[in-house]
Amino acid sequence: MSTRIYDCLKAIGDKIIENKDFLTDLDREIGDADHGVNMARGFQSVIEKVSQDDPDIGACLKKTGMTLLSTVGGASGPLYGTAYMEAGKVLMGKETLSSEDLRLALEAAIAGIQKRGKAEKGEKTMLDSLIPAYEVYCDKIANGASTIEALDAACVAANEGIEYTKTIAATKGRASYLGDRSIGHQDPGATSLTFTLETIRDFIKG
Amino acid sequence: MVGLVIVSHSYKIAEGIKDLTDQVAPTHKGIIAAGGMEDKSIGTDAVRISEAIKQAESGDGVVVLADLGSGIMSAETAIELLDGEDINARLVDAPIVEGSIAAAVTAACGSKLEEVITAAEQTKAVKKIN
Repeated sequence: MSTRIYDCLKAIGDKIIENKDFLTDLDREIGDADHGVNMARGFQSVIEKVSQDDPDIGACLKKTGMTLLSTVGGASGPLYGTAYMEAGKVLMGKETLSSEDLRLALEAAIAGIQKRGKAEKGEKTMLDSLIPAYEVYCDKIANGASTIEALDAACVAANEGIEYTKTIAATKGRASYLGDRSIGHQDPGATSLTFTLETIRDFIKG
Repeated sequence: MVGLVIVSHSYKIAEGIKDLTDQVAPTHKGIIAAGGMEDKSIGTDAVRISEAIKQAESGDGVVVLADLGSGIMSAETAIELLDGEDINARLVDAPIVEGSIAAAVTAACGSKLEEVITAAEQTKAVKKIN
């Protein structure tokens, strides 16, 4: 029997691996056609290296982050790696999560991605899905919604974020070389980020 | 002696630059190439870079030069991963070939960390064709 956190990380990995070609195709349009391949390689290692019987959620997230740093290769390595490590720091020692723990983890992940990528919302990055998702999540929780209800709303916001990335030009990363020609294409990072949130929601729903 | 870590997406580029620095600073043992992934494929690996910084350190600090994009992000991450280690590692904004040569020469002369950083940074302004 593996732990819940391992199973959740494996579900995220399976989702990324399953969508490897889709994510790579998105990246071919505006980047260097490696997002899906890189993320799939990273999560294959996560599935192999994260302990299946360590119940410490923070420790498992930290290990996930370290593994992504050393196996992804492209920009998603330090970005997702830092996000998981920062989320891991705030959840260190925890074996269950409250809706507030999840909020803190998302907040830490956003801060980590911003520290690493020096990006703001509106630059055609994963933050265009993650920040609106986080804001909606906070709003729902503050208004008495359950974790699942808040995550459902957050996933809707993340998907709207993907749609929004189609309407704007990239100013960060490889896609920024394309300028306005990047308009019309959805951001691969926002897409993989939304897959991650949806998988977490589905997993918690059970 | 100030250490030097050369970060590139390409294993061969980092090794090639180290071949060049070996020419100008043959006695410097703290110049480490950290290019590509563990299997030499294209990419950057913050954990490997962090290990390279530890290897390059001999008590006087380490200068890190990176090529582009995620090379910079991985180098910054690698420096954060040193958390708890007493190493003054600094990422320098300079062209990687010229900056590495300048850093290697000044480090091998026994210059201090700030001087090595300045020497590397100054290569940004050097005109190649007059």
